[in-house]
Order: sequence, then structure tokens, then C-alpha cells
Amino acid sequence: MNFECRGEVVNYATGGVAIDRELPLVVLLHGAGMDRTVWSQQTRYLAHHGFAVMAVDFPGHGNSDGMLLSSVKEMADWVSEFIAEVGMGPARLIGHSMGSLVSLEVAAHHPESVERLVLLGTAPAMPVHPDLLGAAERNEILAPQLMTSWAHGARAHIAGNPTPGLWMRSGCQALLERAKDNVIFNDLTACNAYEAGDVAAMITCTTTVVVGSEDKMTPPRATAHLVAGLSDVDLKHLDGVGHMMMIEVPDRIREILLSALR
Amino acid sequence: MVDPDYLKFDTLSLHAGQEPDPVTGARAVPIYQTTSYSFVDTEQAAGLFNLEQPGHIYSRISNPTVAVLEERIAALEGGVGAVCTASGMAAFHLAAATIMSAGNHVVASRNIYGGTHNMLNLTMPRFGITTTFVDPRDPEAWRAAITADTRVLFAETLGNPGIEVLDVPLVAEIAHEHGLPLMVDATFTTPYLMKPIDLGADIVMHSVTKFLGGHGIALGGVIVDGGRFDWAANQKFPTLSQPYDGYHGITFAEEYGHQALSMRARAEGLRDFGAAMSPTNAFHLLQGIETLPLRMKRHVENAISVIDFLETNDAVAWVSHPSVTTHPDHDLAQRLLPKGAGAILSFGVVGGREAGRRFIENVQLASHLANVGDAKTLVLHPASTTHQQLSAEDLTAAGVGEDLIRLSVGLEDPEDIIADLSRALRASQKG
Repeated sequence: MNFECRGEVVNYATGGVAIDRELPLVVLLHGAGMDRTVWSQQTRYLAHHGFAVMAVDFPGHGNSDGMLLSSVKEMADWVSEFIAEVGMGPARLIGHSMGSLVSLEVAAHHPESVERLVLLGTAPAMPVHPDLLGAAERNEILAPQLMTSWAHGARAHIAGNPTPGLWMRSGCQALLERAKDNVIFNDLTACNAYEAGDVAAMITCTTTVVVGSEDKMTPPRATAHLVAGLSDVDLKHLDGVGHMMMIEVPDRIREILLSALR
Repeated sequence: MVDPDYLKFDTLSLHAGQEPDPVTGARAVPIYQTTSYSFVDTEQAAGLFNLEQPGHIYSRISNPTVAVLEERIAALEGGVGAVCTASGMAAFHLAAATIMSAGNHVVASRNIYGGTHNMLNLTMPRFGITTTFVDPRDPEAWRAAITADTRVLFAETLGNPGIEVLDVPLVAEIAHEHGLPLMVDATFTTPYLMKPIDLGADIVMHSVTKFLGGHGIALGGVIVDGGRFDWAANQKFPTLSQPYDGYHGITFAEEYGHQALSMRARAEGLRDFGAAMSPTNAFHLLQGIETLPLRMKRHVENAISVIDFLETNDAVAWVSHPSVTTHPDHDLAQRLLPKGAGAILSFGVVGGREAGRRFIENVQLASHLANVGDAKTLVLHPASTTHQQLSAEDLTAAGVGEDLIRLSVGLEDPEDIIADLSRALRASQKG
């Protein structure tokens, strides 16, 4: 589905269900180099459980037009504008990885846009390995490979996809390979430069944080620093799960999201 | 520089797609010989039928044993997903039916398996899908054959029976220049020898019956979704880029993006056409794949030994295999198939059709049958069997000389294979 924001086409998935403006709005934000389809195991479920779902492609990602936004703050301003343009806010905002940083910023600086917050694979800072940044800058396939390798827990490197026939590792890598040149580098640079500072203390809405015990990109101890600063927070800990938790344990994430959003 | 910490090919051959059973602890893949699955409650049942959540409903659509095989083959090929079918022909049909409709057109290599040729040339036109066959080595022929109705380019990684090596990167580039996917049949190479997705192919299919299974006891096919092709980039693929009433208006490319093909092939193709793989066959085929790297290495080594023998035998007029320096694709094979160009070869027996017939009737170890890719060495003389109704001129047009013997080199001791061939070749010259 398409929507216009700042004069550019924004693409979003709805779970295959037409948006009902009477339902609460759920906006899902993807991570670095990815697009709306990382939520494919959750969007259709939520859309059939009482929510108007918009899993958006950030500008320049997936099927959205527009220039890449070069900082987390710029992305947050854009998300706030998008929610205002849609006219169904405040939204229940769900963010993964880079999307979680954007969600934090939206909730802190545009509180009128956000009613509830769910953060998956999050931390107050996301420093990026220099080899990964370098590969991303050179648009090398090594960048998707490293991200895929580090983003999955040990189990996900062998098996365990509940969707018959799908192979998680290549799914993640193919998604990242489909990103246009410079997208991954842009996003990783934004993550690398981000420092949450006192943002957590500014957040007033109820927040759910989901952390995987095998998350190498936003490890549990880093997540704990963020959680410590939030006043109204529910921490969900997933054993044996890595950074790509929506793909690795989609059933668990569906349960958590439904509970948090209701 | 850091490297991705990926599990390697041999490890994936044994493990991908399966964990020890969480209830029983079973280490081997259990055979879930069941047609259907109990629902937890009505909400879960509704969610499964509506694609809100994954899981098994009915074994025509998915089955836990078959799902392990699908995940394993996808892992070995580097695809985002795979869908297994009852046979290789069913796999081709599933892919074609998922991305095409009446009025569409295929550009295919002319050097492909006869069954696939028949389907494209004779059967698909009855359903409104036509094909232009081209010389797979001629890039301009591929380009010239593409029309506004073309939806896929198709070829085999190693052709049949001439063992032409497909220049996958080149043909993929031609396909992508026209907004089209390249689909390849990689049955002769298996992912051990070539990973076509890494080279640019978008859909890979196999007759799993052949080298992947290796034992010749179970039929099966598979399509592997590369996940890199953008089905929504143009208006050519409405089955993936437009809403589908079969699931209340879902648009597969919008919701599933890089996994759209896998999802639709299963949700529609297996549901409606029903060419599902049996769980027991999936179990047998998994046993084969566990040893795929070991077997393929041996297949290639034995093939090289046999080729060395044939090239020096007076009863042999010629040998065709990409490892032979005179083969037109020798250099290409060195580049695309560094582990070897497979174990299927052809050679000519001095003395033509009659000598070929005598050769076949005198092999004792090799099996005379119409199959390839078995652990056992297989031979076929097309001019006196599968193509015996054709004249010498027709055989030449089909690329099948009267003297041609097709050999699928097995895993026996190479000295025994060579001794058998040597005996039969001597007999072939005693007409």
C-alpha cells in the first residue's frame, strides 16, 4: 500500500487487510538495511486481531521513494510526520534494532505521536564493527553476510523456522542484498553515531522491551542499561534467541506484541 | 577482516532444517506419516488457514518431515526457501504455474531433459503458455527470443545429452536486463558443484530423485526460491504483485517480499495442484543428502578416471564432458564448476548404431536404464532405445548421434567400472 509523506511515496504492508480507521493504529519500524517484510510473521496476525497495521519502509528502503535519512533523529522526525499525516495517531509504535532507536526518539521528542512502545533488539547505543561499516561503505556482499551471521542465535543457523520450507539465514541475507547501494551504510552509520543519552527518562508511555539471550548486536547487558532508565517498562527475556527475534521465534513475538498492544 | 561465521556445506548437509525432536529426543528426522494435524483451538485453526501464523494443516500443503528436506535444500542452495514436490516434473510445473498464466511465454534452452521439453513444447501450449527454444550458448539468441509476454528464461546448468555448461551469470544478466527471472534445473550439478543463486539465478529446481537422493529409491522434486528477484518491480507477475482473492486480497510481494515466491507456491500451488512429496520419500531423500558432499566428490573422481580410460580406448570415437579440453565449454566449466563438471558424460562407439547396441548388451556391472544420478553406474544408448524411432538425420538434429552412449558414472570402484566398460567396448567391435 502507498501513502504520501513529504511529497514522497511511502510504502507499507498492512497484513493484507485494508486499513480500518476505527481501529488502533500500529506502526512497525524495521532495522538497518531491511524493510517492512521483516514483520511478515506478525503483521497479518495483528491485522486480524483488532489493529490497523502499517509496517512501513523507511524512505529509500523497500518500495518507498525518497532520500535516505541520515540520522536516527531525522528518521524520528519523519515517523512523527508520517503518523500525523495518516491522522490515526497516537500510534502504538513497534521498532526493531535501528527502528527501536527511532521509536525511542519519537516517544521522547514527539510524545503526542506515541501511545505505547514496543522495542525489540534494542540498546542505548549500537556501535558497529569497523569491518562491517567498511564493507557496507563499499557495498560489498560481506556486509549482508556479517549482519546475517551476527543477527541470528545459534539455533537459527541450523533450523527451527516454523514456517515450512523457509531458511532463516538466507532469508535475512537476501533481504539485505535487496537493499539499494548505500542503504546499509547509511543506516549503520546512523546507528553507530547514536547515543540515547537521557532519552529514556523522557519517555512517559508504557514500554515493552524484548531481548534475546544470544543477541550479539544488542546484547542483554546493553539492553539492561536502557531498561534501567525507563520508568514504565516490561522486560521480556527470550532464551536462546538472537537479534532477529521476529523471524527466529515469530510465535513468541506475536504473543508478546498482542499482549503489549492490548 | 572478520568473516561471517556460517556453518559450512558439509555440516549443513547433515544438520540444516532439523533439531533433535524436543519431545522424544530422536536424533534422526522422524517420518511424520500423517495426513493432517490437530488444531489447538478454533482461533489457531483460523489463523493457520488465513496465513496469520505458520504451521501444518494438511500434508498436501506441508509436512514436518518434508519441511526438514525443504529447509535443508534451501540452506545448501543459499535460497530463502524451498518447496518440495512429488517429482522433478512437478517442481517445474509448480514454478511455472506460480509465476505464469495463459498468454505468457518461456525462453528455454533447446538442450534440456526430454520430459521438460515435452511439457514446454506440447503440453503447456494447451494451457496458453508457449516456448521458444534457443541455443544455450548463444547470448543473442536468448535476447532475440524474449517478447513482451516472456516471463522466465529456463535452462539446465548442465545440458542433456551434450553436457553443455550454462553460463549462468551471463544468462541471468540477460534475464534481469528484461526484468525477468532466470530459472535453472540444477539436477546434474547439485549445490555441491554449483550454487546457481550465487551466480545470479533466481529459481533453482531439482529432480531430487537423482544425485541429491543418490540411491534411486524415492521420487521427488524441489523448487528453491533465490529471494533476490523483485517480483513487484514491473507488472509482469500479477500472481505475486497483485491482491489474491484466495487469501482475502493478500499481495504476496507486499507482505512477504523476498519470500513471496515460496509462500505463493505453497499456499496456492500445493494447495490447488496437489503434487506433494510423501513424508517417507522426504525421509529417504534426506538420508541421501546427508552424504551428498562425499558422494559427489567420488562421482566426479570416478568420472575423471572413466574419461581418462575412454579417451585412450580404440573403440571410442569421441568423449564429451566439460572436463575434456576439447569440449566447447571447458574454460567455462573451469570457472563455474571448480569442483568438477559432474559425472554424466557421453561418448561415441566406433561402428555407430549397431556397435552401440552391442556395447549396451555387453555391460554387466553398469545398469541399462533411462535414469541418471544413481549411486550405481548407468548407461543408455538413445539410438537403440529412447530415440530408436528417429532417423539418422533426426538424431543429428536432436544432438544424439547414432553412436552416442550416455553414461552416469556411479560410486563403484573405478577399476571395476572401467573393466566393465572395457569388456563391453571389446564386444562392441565384434559385429
